[in-house]
Order: sequence, then C-alpha cells, then structure tokens
Amino acid sequence: MTFSLFFQSLINGLNQGAIYALIALGYTMVYGIIRMINFAHGDFIMIGAYTLFYTIPMMIHAGMPAWISVFLAVVICAAVGVLVEVIAYKPVRRAGSMSALITALAMSLFLENLAMVLFGAKPHNVQKIFDLPSVNVLGVALPLNVILTIGIGVVMMACLQIFIKSTKIGKAMRAVPQDRDASILAGINVNKVITMTFAIGSALAAVAALMYCAKYPRVTNDMGSMMGLKAFIAAVLGGIGVIPGAMLGGILVGLIEIYVKLFAPGWYEAITYGILIVILLVKPSGILGKNVGEKV
Amino acid sequence: MLKITNLAVSYGAIEAIHGVSLEVHDGEIVSLIGANGAGKTTILRTISGLKKADKGEILFDGADLLKTEPSKIINLKLAHVPEGRHIFPQMTVEENLEMGAFTDGKDMAANMADVFERFSRLKERKKQLAGTLSGGEQQMLAVGRALMAKPKMILMDEPSMGLSPLLVKEIFSIIREVNKKGITILLVEQNAKMALSISNRAYVMETGKITMEGNAGEMLKDDRVKKAYLGQ
Repeated sequence: MTFSLFFQSLINGLNQGAIYALIALGYTMVYGIIRMINFAHGDFIMIGAYTLFYTIPMMIHAGMPAWISVFLAVVICAAVGVLVEVIAYKPVRRAGSMSALITALAMSLFLENLAMVLFGAKPHNVQKIFDLPSVNVLGVALPLNVILTIGIGVVMMACLQIFIKSTKIGKAMRAVPQDRDASILAGINVNKVITMTFAIGSALAAVAALMYCAKYPRVTNDMGSMMGLKAFIAAVLGGIGVIPGAMLGGILVGLIEIYVKLFAPGWYEAITYGILIVILLVKPSGILGKNVGEKV
Repeated sequence: MLKITNLAVSYGAIEAIHGVSLEVHDGEIVSLIGANGAGKTTILRTISGLKKADKGEILFDGADLLKTEPSKIINLKLAHVPEGRHIFPQMTVEENLEMGAFTDGKDMAANMADVFERFSRLKERKKQLAGTLSGGEQQMLAVGRALMAKPKMILMDEPSMGLSPLLVKEIFSIIREVNKKGITILLVEQNAKMALSISNRAYVMETGKITMEGNAGEMLKDDRVKKAYLGQ
C-alpha cells in the first residue's frame, strides 16, 4: 500500500469513525442510565437528515446562511428524542427489559414508516452546507469537507466530555447510572436526568446526520437502520455504558471498515464484524467496559 | 422534628410495616433496633421517599414527606446514609462529597474542609475513585457526603455493618460527635448494644411493628432486650 493511499484511508476512516462515534454515544448514554438499548436511535439520524433536506433550501431562499439548518436539526432531533422517551419508553420503564426492547424496535419501525408516508420512499439529495476545496497535505489531496467533518466530531466529543465532567446536570448524568438511590437522596430528579440524556443523545445524532450528509448527501427513510446498527456495535465494542468507549469503538469500526474495504471491497462488512466478534470473544464487556454484575 | 404516624408499607401484596408510629425530637439520637427483616430499613427508605407508603403520615419539621417529591427531601435538610453506603464508585472521593452538596452548593469549600478535617483519610484519598476505598473509608465517605448537605437530621442505616470492631467504635464516636454539633439522628442498627449506648431513646421493631419504646439506658438493662438483642 502506498503512503498516499494509507493516509487517504486514515482520513476517510476517521471521518466514518467520527460519525459512528457520535451515534454510538447516544446508544451508550441511554444504556448507561436506564439499561435499555434504544433501537430507534439510528432513526433520529434520518430525522436530522430530513430536517436538513427541507430546511437548507428554505434558509438559502430566505437569504440566511445554510448552517442555521444544523441548529434546527439539533433542536428537532432533541425534541423527537424527548417525545419518544416520554410517550413510548417511560410508561414501560418498570415493565422489564424485554418490553422496553420491543417498544424500541417498534418505535424504530414506526419512525421509518412514518417518514416513508410523509416524505416518500425515493431518496432525496441534500444540498451541501459547506463546499470547500481540497488541500494538499504530504502530497495527498484532502477535501476540506472531510477535515471539517472530523473536526466537528472531535469538538462535539470534547464538549460532551467537559459537559459530563463539570456541569451539574453532567454530574447527575454520571451519578444516576452508578447508584440511582444515592442519586435521589442527593437531590437528583432521575426522570429529568433521563429526559436530558435522550435530548443530548438525539442532538448528537443530528450532528451525525450533518456529518453523514456532508459525505453522502442522500436521505432515505431507512438510512438510520444500518448506520444505527453499526454504531450500536461500535458502542458494544467500546464497552456499552462507557462514554469514552463509544468514542473509541466508533473510531475503530470506522477505521477497520475503511482499511478492510481497500483489500476486500465485497467482503468488508463480513470481515469488519468478524474482527469485532473476535475482540468481543476476548473481552466480552468491550474494550473499555468494566466487568460488573448487574446492580440490584 | 420527625413524626411518623400509623405508617403502613407493602412489598407487592405483602404488608411489611403494620401501622408504625415513632417520633424523634430535635437534638436527639434515637435508635431503631430489631432483627433482620423487621422492617427497619424499609422505614428509613419510606421516610426518604425511596419506598412508597400505603398509608400513614410522616412529618418532618411540619412538611409532609409522603407528599414530597423524593429528590426534594434533601432540600428540607434531611439526609440519609443508606445501608451498604451507596457511594458513587466511579467518582472520586471529592466528587462524591460534591454530590452531597448537589442541591445547595453554598459554602461547599468550607463544608468540604470541615469534612476533610474530621476524616483525614478521605483528604489523603480525595482524588482516588471511591470504589477503591476500604469498607470503613467508604462508610466515612457516606457520612461525609451526608454532612455536605448541612442537614438538620441524618437517617443512618447500619453504619457499622461489615466493619472491624475498631472501626465500629470509631463510627459510633463519629455519630456522637455529629450529634453534638446539633444534628438529630435516627439510627438503625443491628449492633443494639452500641446503638443503645449512644442513644437517648430507642424503639424495638419486630416483624413490622414497634414492640417496645423508651429510654435507651433503661432498655440496655431490660431483661427482654438483653435476651433478644444483646446476647446476654
């Protein structure tokens, strides 16, 4: 492999990985706090992408900068995330993990089919928000779009870490998964924290939608299901419930996928996920996961 | 200060607490002793709102706790050191203490300095993850965290559980010291002898009912208590 191909792939892998990482964060944060896999999370990306598809032309038409659409997508995704939690998940929270799982799967199908009814089944092309030239780095032409996408991903993850580490609500979000009773005794309103977690996770999915559309500007009603699944796998690989684990898992899945694609394009998914199965066989709790028994 | 009237609590269809009434006055240490499964922990959990009551009334400083949102109870300055310590294992000692002042961050630095002065072991380990502390240190941390809320009253559930005899002594002297600073204490203990020796008054519970109440010193001498709980 030539250096330029290696380097190009590294950048592509990081780009892909940053998208997975942002989505994986949503899975892992929700799992951390209510021990539930939100299978509808992938579909929040689709909602973010449709928001971009509809609002970018509106912004341009109104003479406003197109990136305002990103904020709209973030707000709408966060709102949908909160609504899904309050309407569908909260009522079954005490009914056991199987009910919650099935509700999440149903919600995923519901959102995908609702999108098909509302927006049609054929793919739409999302207008580019930023159209940047390529730059030459070490003899390799790198599109600035990709660099900017990676940059956005890194900034989002850094912001999330700072938020979790030092804000009051961030501390509450760390405390609740560790000990729910002690959190209540400390004065934390657990329901509010859960709602907040859904809002933040879904907002990150909107940013992932932006990053995805910068690379593949195509929106379909089921675009979230495969991406969501891969991001979920990334979250498990990193150690579900562990926030840095989701970041690491996402980046790893992205990198492995892109490099495997170089050698075996038709086989890349089989080989990528084969590698992940091997990693999980060696460390079932995920790379950064901790082996702790279920809390009672 | 705390007045429980005719409290009943169930787990599913089984009633665990059958009409319990008890009272704790300002400045007292009151202990609640009894065998495993008598319902002592359930009473503390119901006071803090972690468990719902079927009927009865719990008044704290005039506020009706059964009608108070559980996460708001700490704002009334009623803290709870739960059974099994329930510290946040993935947070540092310092962060755990900060969580104690979650709803009221005023004077946090001064309070933390106070806690560190009392528990010097915690100060040495303030950057360490709480899950890596020994049992005794975790218990100190749980008490320290409760103190961070500047409580008027603390509910303490089995603070001596799983500790060495030396640490048991230490934890009881800490309880006394905390009480001397004007904090009222309701203490649940299996170590009845130690509990009674530092308490003003006590209640004995058996299978969800209060069967005896009175002055703690007199109870230490009572034949029935001696036989059932003091192993004499």
